[in-house]
Formats: sequence, C-alpha cells, structure tokens
Amino acid sequence: MRYAMAVDTKKCVGCSDCVVACQTENNVPIGYCRDWVVEVTDGTYPQLELELRSERCNHCENAPCVRCCPTGASHIVDGGIVKVNENKCIGCGACIQSCPYDARFSHPKGYVDKCTFCDHRVKDGLDPACVAVCPTKCMYFGDLDDPNSEVSKVIKKRKHKTLIPEAGTIPHLYFLI
Amino acid sequence: MREEIIVSGRNNPLIDPHLEIWEWQIPSYLFLGGLAAGILFFASLYTLMKKEKQYKTAVEIAPLITPFLLVLGLFFLFLDLKHQLYFWRLYLTIKLESPMSWGAWVLMVITPLSFIWSAIHIESVFPKWDWKFDIVKEIIVFFRKYKTEMAWVMVVSSVILGIYTGILLSAFNARPLWNTSILGPLFLTSGLSTGAAAIILMSKSHTERLALAKIDLILIAVEIFFIIHMFMGFRASTQVQIEASNLFLGGEFTAVFWIFVMGLGLVIPAILEIMELKNKKVPYMVAPILVIVGGLIFRFIMVHAGQISRWLY
Repeated sequence: MRYAMAVDTKKCVGCSDCVVACQTENNVPIGYCRDWVVEVTDGTYPQLELELRSERCNHCENAPCVRCCPTGASHIVDGGIVKVNENKCIGCGACIQSCPYDARFSHPKGYVDKCTFCDHRVKDGLDPACVAVCPTKCMYFGDLDDPNSEVSKVIKKRKHKTLIPEAGTIPHLYFLI
Repeated sequence: MREEIIVSGRNNPLIDPHLEIWEWQIPSYLFLGGLAAGILFFASLYTLMKKEKQYKTAVEIAPLITPFLLVLGLFFLFLDLKHQLYFWRLYLTIKLESPMSWGAWVLMVITPLSFIWSAIHIESVFPKWDWKFDIVKEIIVFFRKYKTEMAWVMVVSSVILGIYTGILLSAFNARPLWNTSILGPLFLTSGLSTGAAAIILMSKSHTERLALAKIDLILIAVEIFFIIHMFMGFRASTQVQIEASNLFLGGEFTAVFWIFVMGLGLVIPAILEIMELKNKKVPYMVAPILVIVGGLIFRFIMVHAGQISRWLY
C-alpha cells in the first residue's frame, strides 16, 4: 500500500480552507502550519499564468528526513506515510535541514512536527482533513497500488508533476496541471 | 520581461523565509570538535612516530585542553537540541546512514580518551600534581601501559571526528551549499590546521613551533585548494549550486568570507609562516591566532549561508 495525494492546480482557488482544516483537526499550534498554499505567477504581462498549489509533506519514498534522523524518530509507517515519534525525537533539526520542501517545523514543545496524511482518519477509511474540507474538491487521496483508487484514476487521466523530482526524493504528492 | 513570482502562505517560525533552525551552537561545536580533533591527531601521530621528546607540547601539553573543548562542544550540542530531555535517545541506536548518529558515537569514544590522555600526561606538565587517591594512581599506571594502543585509536577517531563535522553538513541534499563531498575533507583540513595553530600558540620550543608552522603551511595550502575546488564544482553544477556559490561570489557573504576567512584566516597567516620559516622576525603568535579565528568564522559562515541556500520550485 502506498498512500498518495493529487492536487488539481486548475481547480484550487487558494482559499486556504485546507490549512485551517489541518490546524483544527491536528491541533497545530498557533502561528504554525503543516500545509500551506503557494501561488506562482509566471509569464510576461499581460500573458500571465497563475498556479495555485496546496502543499504539504510529500511523504517521499526515498525520504531524506528518515535517512538523516540520528535516533530513528522519523520513520515510514505502513502505507508509506512519513511520521515522527515524539518520544524518540531529540529536536536536533537534522530532518528539518534535510527536507528540500521545508515541510517540517519545530513544535513549541520541542519535537519536530509535520503532516501525517491524517493517518488517524485514514485508518478509519476517511480522507485527510484537508481533502475532506476542500470546497472545490480539488484534492484526491488514496492508494497508488490500487488502480481503482481516486488518486490512481486521476493520475492516469491527467497530466501531472511532482515537486523537485531531481532531488531524488520520489515524492508522493502530485500536482495536476 | 518574463517574471516568476512565488508567494507562499507558509510562515513557520525558524523555517521561513529561510531556515534559522541552527544558530550559534552548531557552528561553535563544529569549530571546537575540529580543533580538538586536530590537537589529538598530532598528539597521537607524534606518539606513534616516537617523537614525544621533540614534540612535548603536541603530545603532552596541548591535549590537556581537549577535554574542555570536547565537553564544551557537547554542551553546545545539547543546547541546540529542542527536545533536550530525550537526548539519551541518541545512544540507544546506531544509524549508519545518519552522520549525526555515528558522529555522536565517535564523540563518546574520543571524549573519554581525551580525559585519559590528559590524566596520564598531567604529571609531566605539572610536576607537583597529586592525584590524592591511590586508586586513581593505579588506574593511570594501568593506562600508561597501553599508550601506543590508545594513540592508534585516537589517531583514527580524531580523523573521523574531524571529517564528520563536514560530512554532517554535506549529507543534506536539501541545502545545495553543503551538498558537496569536498566539505568533509575541507573541514578536516581546517580542523587539523586550527589544531596545529593551537599547539604553536602553546609551545615554548622554537624548533617545535617551526616544524608545526611548516605543517600548518601545507594544511593552509590544501585548504585554499579545497575551497577553490569547491567553488569550481559549484560553478560547473546545477542552477541551485550556482546560486549557492553566488552567496560568496557577489552575494551577501562575499565580503565577510573573502576578507575574514580567505584573507585574514588563510593567506595572511600563510605569508607570516613563510616569513617565519625564512627566519624573518615576526611575532609567532599572530599567524596561529588568525588561523584559529578564521576557522571559527568559516564555520559560522558555512552554517548560516547553507541554511539560506535552497532548491527553487
């Protein structure tokens, strides 16, 4: 099982509902976020193109954060979700330095915090909070190994990209373009 | 004009707009670790070469400061941790893929060694030293018998400690400035150079000082070559590494790097050491002090600039 997410950049309106849903669902401390919206404006005026991306941890298959962690606190659980064991984390910051997406942060309590793909919801058969709340339904979540999952179907059908594939991380967050 | 404007809604403390997760503690530790590694390397090297008499400062006097350097370095490492009460987790596992993990273990080998090495030599430096307890004296007599074996362990572990301070940074593919395998040898050379400089500072023997100045001169030359080699590598690499090198070639670290590290930390002390070797009259303390301060500034610059360098997407 390999969980993955696809974000439709053509449907996203950048409302940041996913950000607020995550902060509420996961009790993220005020001033921090596990997911965020990026706006990229590209082109020559007046031919400008806007891309909106709801970003978060890419739950990389070849995760540099897991490799660099000196205690094994950063680990990959069933389904390929990258998680942090709070009771093993010493807060050294190695994983934060190693993430090309800067998806991790230091929780005020000391350990490192990040997106968990809402694994507590996923194991009950629910979608992650950000996916569930999206008003334009621009996000798809599911198992890449299951050809009938929402994410497998949409990736097969639509043109897509991942972020910094050249970093060799094999990210599991797809952006439909 | 084609323009690309990226606006991110993320504003996590210490992460955005650029990383500041490692402040002064890590560069200070990298400096202290490198310095201690340098001193202990020369101490064990001259012991193995059976040149303890000619190099009394290197073998017996200078190592006395290494327990303090290493304990202070470890303390700085501890200060850097944000989940401090869990630090012992480092010592429940060895992860060979994580330089920080095996580095932590090397410290656990070399720190006690530096204490034992100091203890077996302290009486020849301070003749009136008295351990007071017989058990301590017996332990020291025991360790004196294994001095050569200890020197072998120390010469290897000091090289590992010195090179690991660079490998630690070079293992982060996410920070293009650090992600070069030359950083390990570069930090090792710099550490050995600061170690030699510290021995020169403490030595009262003119011949010992000159011998170490000669070694330091070679180390400085190698270091300058590694730095130029590193920038050549960056210029010939991908866009992210070209931009990382731009921080030093016109960017915000240009002045501080070329003046304080390359100029005052490497070129000027090299010139002073050449003059000294040619028997010109120069105060012998200037070059080693410049080398040591340059090494410290170098690590601060590398750690801070590295956290600014990044992938663009």
